[in-house]
Parts: sequence; C-alpha cells; structure tokens
Amino acid sequence: MSNLSLDPLLLAVAAPLSLAVAIVLGLPKRWVMKLAYAGFAVPALTALWAWWSFGDAAKESHGYAFLSSYSTGLDGFGIGLKLGLNGISLPLFVLAGIVGLAAGLYAIQSGAERMKTYLALLLVMQAGLMGMFASVDVAFFYLFHEMALIPTFIMVGIWGGRDRSYAAMTMTIYLTLGAMLSLLGLIAIYAKSGASSFDLMALRDTLASSPLGEVTQKHIYGLLLFGFGILVSLWPFHSWAPLGYGAAPSSAAMLHAGVLKKFGLYGLVQIALPILPLGALHWSHGLAVLAAVGNVVVIGLVTMAQRDLKQMVGYSSVMHMGYAFLGIAAGSVLGAGGVVMLMVGHGLSVALLFLLSTSIHRRVHTFDMDQMGGLAPRAPVLAALFLVATFASIGLPGFANFWGELPIFFALWSFSHALTVVALTGTVISAVYGLRAVAKVFFGRPSASFTRLCATQPPPDIGWSEKLPALVLVAAMVFIGLWPRSLSTGIDRALAGEPAAVVANR
Amino acid sequence: MDFPSLRELAAGNPWPAIWPELSLGCLALLLLVLETVLPRAARKGIPAVSILGQLGILAVLLANFDTAYRETFNGLLMQSPSGQVMRVFFLVSSIFVSILARASLPGRGVPRVEFHHIVLVVAAAMMLLVQSRNFIMLFVALETVTVGLYILVSYTRSNPRTLEAGLKYLVMGALSSALLLFGIVLLYGVAGSPGLAGRTGEAMQFVGLSQFLGANPHNFVAAAGIVLVLSGLAFKIGAFPFQIWVPDVYQGAPTPVTALLAVASKAAGFVVLLVLVTEVFAAYEWLVGPVLTFMAAATILFGNLAALKQNNVKRLIGLSGVSHAGFILLAVASVGQGPRAVGAVYFYLIAYLIASFAVFGVMTILSGPDDTTQELSDYCGLAKESPFLGGVLACGLGSLAGIPPLAGFAAKLFVFVAAFRAGHFGLLAVAIAGVVISIYYYFGWIRAAYFNDEAPISPEIAQRARTGGGRVLRITLAALAAATVVLGLYQGPLGRLVSGH
Repeated sequence: MSNLSLDPLLLAVAAPLSLAVAIVLGLPKRWVMKLAYAGFAVPALTALWAWWSFGDAAKESHGYAFLSSYSTGLDGFGIGLKLGLNGISLPLFVLAGIVGLAAGLYAIQSGAERMKTYLALLLVMQAGLMGMFASVDVAFFYLFHEMALIPTFIMVGIWGGRDRSYAAMTMTIYLTLGAMLSLLGLIAIYAKSGASSFDLMALRDTLASSPLGEVTQKHIYGLLLFGFGILVSLWPFHSWAPLGYGAAPSSAAMLHAGVLKKFGLYGLVQIALPILPLGALHWSHGLAVLAAVGNVVVIGLVTMAQRDLKQMVGYSSVMHMGYAFLGIAAGSVLGAGGVVMLMVGHGLSVALLFLLSTSIHRRVHTFDMDQMGGLAPRAPVLAALFLVATFASIGLPGFANFWGELPIFFALWSFSHALTVVALTGTVISAVYGLRAVAKVFFGRPSASFTRLCATQPPPDIGWSEKLPALVLVAAMVFIGLWPRSLSTGIDRALAGEPAAVVANR
Repeated sequence: MDFPSLRELAAGNPWPAIWPELSLGCLALLLLVLETVLPRAARKGIPAVSILGQLGILAVLLANFDTAYRETFNGLLMQSPSGQVMRVFFLVSSIFVSILARASLPGRGVPRVEFHHIVLVVAAAMMLLVQSRNFIMLFVALETVTVGLYILVSYTRSNPRTLEAGLKYLVMGALSSALLLFGIVLLYGVAGSPGLAGRTGEAMQFVGLSQFLGANPHNFVAAAGIVLVLSGLAFKIGAFPFQIWVPDVYQGAPTPVTALLAVASKAAGFVVLLVLVTEVFAAYEWLVGPVLTFMAAATILFGNLAALKQNNVKRLIGLSGVSHAGFILLAVASVGQGPRAVGAVYFYLIAYLIASFAVFGVMTILSGPDDTTQELSDYCGLAKESPFLGGVLACGLGSLAGIPPLAGFAAKLFVFVAAFRAGHFGLLAVAIAGVVISIYYYFGWIRAAYFNDEAPISPEIAQRARTGGGRVLRITLAALAAATVVLGLYQGPLGRLVSGH
C-alpha cells in the first residue's frame, strides 16, 4: 500500500537521515546548526503526533496502525521496508523521539570539536532509532538497530573521554557478538517458521496456526535471550556498559543508554515472547535468577561502590535492566507491560542523568564524586533537576519508572516470592546510591579543589541551552508518571490474548 | 567445392556469442599496436584507451543483457544469466584494476602498456572460464588466466619481495594446476572404463561426466578425482588448507594485481566451483558436502585468526580475503537447498568486489615507492588529513566487516539465511565467531585512521592523501563508497536477480 501521500513514520526516519547525508555532502556550518534543530524536532513531533492519534487510528492485525510498505528489491527473500506502530512499539517510538530531541539539543550547544561530523553521526543514530521501533519487518528492525549502533562506536572513539579507544573496542566486540547472536536467532525464526517472510505480522500469523516445536522454541529463544541479553547488559555480559558509557560523549550516552539499549528488551517483548512462548517458559527461571541476583543485587552493590559519577550512572542503568529482565521472566501480560513502561521511564531518567552528569562535569571539571560537594548553592536549578532525575530513577511514584517497576513486582510475586524479595532489596540499594550521589555532589562541604575553583571562576547555574533539553525529559517523565494510561491502554491491548499470557496462566 | 563437415562444424561455432571476449582480445592487441605506432608523447594516453574501450564493451553488454540459456561451440561453452552477470563482474573488475594501475604504475620504472594488455587478456579468459562446460575448455581458460597472473604478480621485478611473490605464486599455481589436471584425468579415465555402468567417451563434457557419476555414485577413483579437482580450485580461491601462498603473494604483488587476485581470480574460482558442485558432482554430495563444510569452517577460522596480528595492510587484506572465501564456501556448501544459496554466492561476490576495490583504491593512493610495505601505522590520522579517503576506507572496511547498512551486511545475511535453511548450524556458529573476530582487525584499521592521534601522519603520506591518485580514481572511489551504502539499503534489480525472482 505504498502511495504518494506523506508517510509520517518514514518522514521520522528520512528527515534526520537526509540531513546527515547533506552534512556529509558539505552543507555549510551555519546551515547545519540551524537545520539540526529541525533534524531532531521532526522525529519528536512525529512521535507526539503518533501518540496523540494512535487511539483513534485504524488498526490492522495485531493492533498495528499507520502501516505502509515499500519494496527494496528483496521481495524474493521476504524482506521489505514495512513501517507501522502497535501498542508496544508506540511508547518506544515516543521515547526515541523525545530522548533524541533532548540529546540533539544538548549536542548542538555542547561546542564539541568537529561539530558537523558529531551532529551527522547523531542524526544517523536518531534515524536508526526511529526506524528500529517503527519497523514491522524484522530484518529492517535489525538493520536500523545497527545503523544506530555503529555511530555510537565512532562517537565513543573520537569524542570519548578517558580510555576511549579501549572502551570503543570493547563495546564494538561485545555488541557485535550480541547483535550476531540475535541476528542468528531472527534468521532461525524466519527459516523455521516457513512463512518465507521477515514481516513480523506474517510471521506471527503463520506461527499462530502452526507453532514451532518446543525444542526448536527453546533453542531459538536461547539464542535471542543471550544475543539480546548482551546488548541490554544482562549480567555477566554487562562489562562493556559502564566502560562505554563512562567514555561516551553525553549525547551518545543518552541515546544509547536511553533508547538504543532497549532494542534487546523490545525484541524480547515484541518478537520472542509472542512467537516463542514455550521457549520463554523454559528459560524464565534461569533468566530470573541471573537478573535478580546478578543485575539487581550484585551490580547494585557495585554501583554503590562507584566514585565516578558517570560510571555510577552507567552501572545503575545495568542494574535497572535487571528489573526489565525480571518482568520478561515473569511471563505475564502484567510483567511484559511493566517492562514496556519501565523501558520508557528508565530511558527518560537515565538520559537525564547522563545529561546532568556532563553539566556537572562542566562546572566542577571532574567526575570524581569525592572531589565534589556543595554545588547546590551555586547551581540550584541543576541541583533540583538532578534530584528529580534521581527520584525518577529510584522509582518514586509520580514518575514514569514507578509504573514500570510496580507491575513488574506484582507479576514477579506470582512467579516467585523469593525472587521478589531479592529484587525489592534493589530499590533500597538504588535509593542509597542515588541519594548519596545527590548528597556528595550538591550538599556537604565543598572539596578543597572545588573551593579553589570557585575562587577563580565561580561555576554558573545552568542556562537555557542546557535547561531546555533537561526540561523536555522531565516533562515527559512527569506527564507519563501522572497519566500512565496514555500509554498503558495501548500496551494492554497489544499484549492481551498473546500466547505468552496463555502460557503463564496454564 | 563443398565441405559439409566443415560447414556443420562452423554452424556449431557461433562466434558472435563470445563477442565480449573477442572484443577484449582485440582491444588488448590494439593497445600493443598503439604503442608501436604512436609517438612517444602520445603513449601516455594508452591506459585511457584501454579503460574507455572496456567501458564501451560494458555499455554494450549491459544494453544487450541476454538472460537466455544457450549451448555454444558444441557444448564447450554455455551461456546463462549467471554467466552474463559474471561477464559484467569481470569486466568491471578489470576496469577497476586498469584505473588502479593507471594511477599506480607511473614512476615505478616498468612498462605500462603491457600491463593493461595482460589485464584485458586475463579478464577475457576469466569470462570464458566461468562459461565453460568442458574440462579441456576449463583448463585452457584457467591456464590463460594463471599464466597472465604469473607475469602480473612479479611485474615490478626490481623489488625483491615482488620477485619472491612471483616465484611463490608460480610454484603454487603450477602445483594447483597439476592437482586439477590429475583430478580431471582420473575422472576422464574412470568414466571411460568399460566395466562400469554408464561409461562414456564424452567425459570431458560436464553433461557426460555428470551422467556417469550419477550412474556410479560410490566409485573410489571418481571420488579421488573429485577431491583433487576441488583441491586445485581451493588453491585458486585461497581456501584452507591451500591458503598458505595468500599473505606473501598478496603483499609482494603490485597493489592493482593484489586487487585482481583478491576479487576477480577468487570469484572465477568460486563460480567454477559452483558449476561443478551443482551440475557435475551432484551425485557425490556425500563427499563434496563434508569436504566443503570442513573447508568453510577451517577457512573462516584460519583467515580471521591469522589476520588478527597482521600489521602490513596487504597481508591483512589477504588473510581477511581468506576468511571471506570461507563465508562464500559456507554458501556453496548450502546450495543443495535451492537457488537462493547460489544467489547468495553471487551477491556476496558483488558486495566483496565493491568493498575491496574501495579499500584497494585507498591503498593505491597511499602506497609509497615501495608498494609492499604498507603498515597499519601509515594510516594513523588519515581521516583528519583527508576526510574523503577516511570515509571511503570506512565504507569499504565496514562493508567487508558486514556492518549494516552496508552491502556486506546484506551479503552475509543472505549467506546465513541460506546456511540456516541447509541446516549448517555448526558452521553458522563458526561463522558468527569469525565475524566477531573480524570486527577486531577491521575496527583496528578504522581506529588507526580515525581515532589515533598519538602518531602523526608522515608528511609524504599526508601529501599523497591530499593530492595523490588523480581525479578519475578519486571519482571512482566516491562511486564505490556510495555503492556500498546504496546496495546495503536498496538491492533493487540485483536483489531480484539473486533471489531468483
């Protein structure tokens, strides 16, 4: 149903991508700086439009709206660019739009070296992120993910902080391994289903009538679980994450930790759970133990021990992925829905934390929290924003994260009482390290070096250029926190009646 | 006067059917004639004549793209759509090689026109090679290719490393030809033995041999012959355990010749292998299957592991080429599962051609007076000095590494899908490991070009990066880099062609 009228989802991919191409072809710098706003705003506006009109939009099978498809010459392989959104992909599409806008705004004012290349890479990444969540075709879903992933490596390698070369290399090897395993799993679904198509709707229709055998499901789900797991920093395959985020420039870290990393979880919820329910059941106990003990408790304790602010945020993001894995392991609609909400909430809050960490670094010239202290009187707005981000990250009510963690704990309780208790200790841990960071950075006695710094060049509070992207994220967190139904209705509709629900109830 | 038998013979020889090969040969001769008749000052234009002539042939070939199956020359040759694709492939390769040579040969004190002449002859012979359906024809075409390459490999003969490479290639090439010939002889002999069912005197014809093998699917002598033929081909494509010549020869040969070896010669070997496996040795799947499977796994692992520690980029690209041979073998091992795997082989070859020439182009521009010593450290800071060359290199290497959305990714995807359908799960695991290992050295190269700011680029290399190569080569490189991106996202008619639609 390709037609000539403007397809908003395609626009969200094409606008940043074509701007990036224009930059590569030599667009002059003053134009770049102006057009970059549009390059990041168009996807965000498209996402808001999709959010607004999703409820009334006409739905096709599996609750997809805004469908459109384009041939790329691979119809013989069953591959084609097919865009659309359902209740699961819509929240993530919105997340990608909003975080992308914030990261873009932050990058434009960051004054990085080789600004044009930096923005071009961010725009490619943004195009990949929008395309990833809008793709109904599994092959393009993967392709868009890689399109967003490669710029991350380059950005870490060129604009990264300390150990950037090593960090970029580690990230590349880990994430390539993860991507390759998940690609193999996706190919396995394609080859075994007999649908001769990478179109997720066709795959699900075919597999609904003739599901895969239990052994096949187990194997394929295992491939996907570990492939996606590496990409989402499932313990013990997480070590790339703090290293990479610690070195990454802030906008790249925001987009990767906030949005790109959700690829794996999204793949599990959108593709693996509905198609491979028996496989999910088989792996659920192992996954739950890994996530609860490894990601939540062990990494939680490691996070508490961090002195470096950015590393701490990186580790905390690994830890929170544990909750998401627990929601997937729980295998119920409630759990899976919680995962989707948590992805949105966590994406917004971790992006905000990375943004604010860099703003803090700009003022105190260090990431070492022992060298900070007493910043709040000098930068009250920054302090307030950081406090908000920390509260959101801990999962206090009123923020989007809360509506993710709460259903996950409920779902987990009916799955395993013991693991719920283990996982709940995590909320205490995250409160400890979150609030301690706030105390160390903003309150208490200023360190000697910071006092010296204040004497020579007192740090200003954050201005509008940094405040605006932060406020975009805060607004989204609070809006979803106060009105979760704006997303959860669609999630419920998309998940209800899934095979996963049936398996969990039997 | 009437010679009915001659006329009959002539009727089976439709010379127009091989016009691309004939015109390449004529063009090659024309170059030599021009060198003798033109005044010295005008001889500089001869490489341009070669390139323009080839472009002309390419244009006519594409305009009359003939997708019919036609047996010609009494069964010596077979025209087919895949043969047409490969004709274009070899012509495009030889055009790129000519462009590289035009930029790199001047100043090395070697005759130039003869180089272009031999490249054209080799290209024509490769075209015949992939269309041949008779072992005599196959061997003659193969030897024409190989003898041409003997000369080209040791072309800059004042360099001791080049001489060494030439000698190694000569010895290894002769050995592989001997193996191949011995295998052919065994097959011919056993197919004619009177005691066996389906014996034939036409065993040099692929059709005749195929029928004989079908009637005797477990003959030991035939099996030995098949293994020898496969070994001979494994030399050509640089597959394990016949890959030892690759790093030395790739390093010593002039860069344009390395490109010719890496792309066209390897592709020719693969197409012959594909034809033999699908059309002739089909009854010996029990033997060919395991042999190919073993070779694919060992080739992928060897190529990638050996490339890890290379600092000379020509050795690195050679060993990474070995691993690519392994990936293509993976697809060849899966052809039992239908035409998609065959399409995957062709698509992989095309993606490999584009990406390789992009990288070889950058190497040609940066190479100094001694072509054989190009180290990874020479690339430090390249992207800062010349963002254009850095971008081309990143596109080429990224595509070779199989990073989406570049063409190499689509190629690997098709190969993996084919292997999955054929049920080669173990091989896929090896292939995935290979891809992850390969990321390390490809990324190391890109890292040297982009991220490394410790060792500054040397002034001579910086000078070459800014101005070297000439306009034609630079435009070609831009087109190649663009092609890796476009072909990764939109395969268009090529995708339909390889997916059999």
